[in-house]
Amino acid sequence: MLSVILVKLLTCVIVFAISLGVAAYATLWERKFSALLQDRVGPDRAGPKGLLQPLADGGKMFFKEEIIPNVSNKFLFILGPSLFMVTALMTGSVIPWGKDFSTASGNVYSFQITDINIGVLYLFGVVSIGVYGIMIGGWASNNKYALLGAIRASSQMISYEIAMGISVIALIITAGGTLSLREIVAQQDAGVANVCYQPLGFLIFFVCALAETNRAPFDLPECEAELVGGYHTEYSSMKLGLFLFAEYINMFISSAVMSAFYFGGYNFPFAQELYNAMGLHEGSIWISIIGFGAFFTKIVIFICVFMWIRWTLPRFRYDQLMNLGWKILLPLSLLNLAITVGVEFLRGNLHF
Amino acid sequence: MKLTNRSKVVSNKEQSAMEKMYLPGILKGMMITGSHLFKRRATVKYPDELRPIAAVYRGQHVLKRDENGAERCTACGLCAVACPAEAITMESAERKKGEEGLYREEKYASTYEINMLRCIFCGLCEEACPKEAIFLTDRIVDVEFEREDFVYGKDKLVEKVDKRVDVTKRQTIEVAEFKKLPGLKHNQVFEGKKLKH
Repeated sequence: MLSVILVKLLTCVIVFAISLGVAAYATLWERKFSALLQDRVGPDRAGPKGLLQPLADGGKMFFKEEIIPNVSNKFLFILGPSLFMVTALMTGSVIPWGKDFSTASGNVYSFQITDINIGVLYLFGVVSIGVYGIMIGGWASNNKYALLGAIRASSQMISYEIAMGISVIALIITAGGTLSLREIVAQQDAGVANVCYQPLGFLIFFVCALAETNRAPFDLPECEAELVGGYHTEYSSMKLGLFLFAEYINMFISSAVMSAFYFGGYNFPFAQELYNAMGLHEGSIWISIIGFGAFFTKIVIFICVFMWIRWTLPRFRYDQLMNLGWKILLPLSLLNLAITVGVEFLRGNLHF
Repeated sequence: MKLTNRSKVVSNKEQSAMEKMYLPGILKGMMITGSHLFKRRATVKYPDELRPIAAVYRGQHVLKRDENGAERCTACGLCAVACPAEAITMESAERKKGEEGLYREEKYASTYEINMLRCIFCGLCEEACPKEAIFLTDRIVDVEFEREDFVYGKDKLVEKVDKRVDVTKRQTIEVAEFKKLPGLKHNQVFEGKKLKH
């Protein structure tokens, strides 16, 4: 029993550390990548090649003066960023990072904190609580810009979650009706990723993921040109840091979810052939590690695409955003669902 | 009425179905930004890397000494007259006995100041100087915190005896020949006599 708790604790700490580490270096890579896209050099002063820049940024955030406006609701003001950060970190717990491996004594350990059988629902639940962090923060600031940003964030998230949810329902039907992320990934083991069955669904999911993580071109909640800083206008010091940082964690997690849902997670083409060639047996830790590497590569590619889009596209206008969400993505996802149900019914996979 | 040929008719037509999908446009845009990944960076990492400076770059001035280490400047004031920004002021003094090693001629500049904030680095002082005493160099004027510190006196302008400033790139034979042109002010004949300074 104790060993189980210890192993779970260790997995939690590792996932926590990886999420934070990836988010920290995503901030650096965001700046570096934008620089590369704009023919600049980017940050290269802190440490070799600028690799210590996230530390310098974090240190800067800690030493900034912390201002809590007099007219704000102090409890909610502090709760906002904390909630945003906590929910961002919580989503990482259901993602299967790699295959299970077993030790010589026969104990099986998994590269996942917990495999709850309603993983997808849990994920969506936690993600939608994330917007409460923004809303509470924006409301508690007692500032019109912050409030407008918070309202935009919540309406945008609600609008896009519908299309996202419906595209995921279509995915679940193709995946055989399971809500467990581990099973969704495992059934792509055969070598065909879900994106082959659900290209439209993936596209809708991807656009919605951009909107859910408040990334450009849907970063209206923090639109500097109109709303000063949006929901974090009144925030300073590390509380602002938490907001900015949680955005990158969200980006990391949504990249992970997309790779797990649509691109096979830790599976990759010719994986079994590679393992056979390397003489690895089922349950070897190296299989888990190589699988984790493949998963991580997919995540990094997705993060790069997120950034690539951010530094290419201008921000949507608010009415365009709503038009896209309600008039285009929602009907498209419904169409996708209808087609999926029809095809699966004809294939005899659906029973009523 | 059309004033130029550059005016364009703005079209505000409805987006086509393809344009409404945004996707082809987005992909096109991403290709454009993506192509910049492989382009040359325009950045010069300034303190580590220096941009090549032309040999005749006009930077901070130097007051030259002659080969014996005596100051060449005779405080004639032609540079101050030539200066369009009125950045140069000087006071002259007479050379005392025993100072022959310090000053080349009987008259010298006891103070000589250039206000680097006024200076436009046009090089007219250099051109006006009949004694080849003032030159602009490829050194860049330092950053200071106080305005007063930008007024450079002789302590900063006159080159050190043991640390000569190389102006051979500017002090070429062509320049020396150019200085003898009769059209120049200091070579002009005034009432039958050549002007003496």
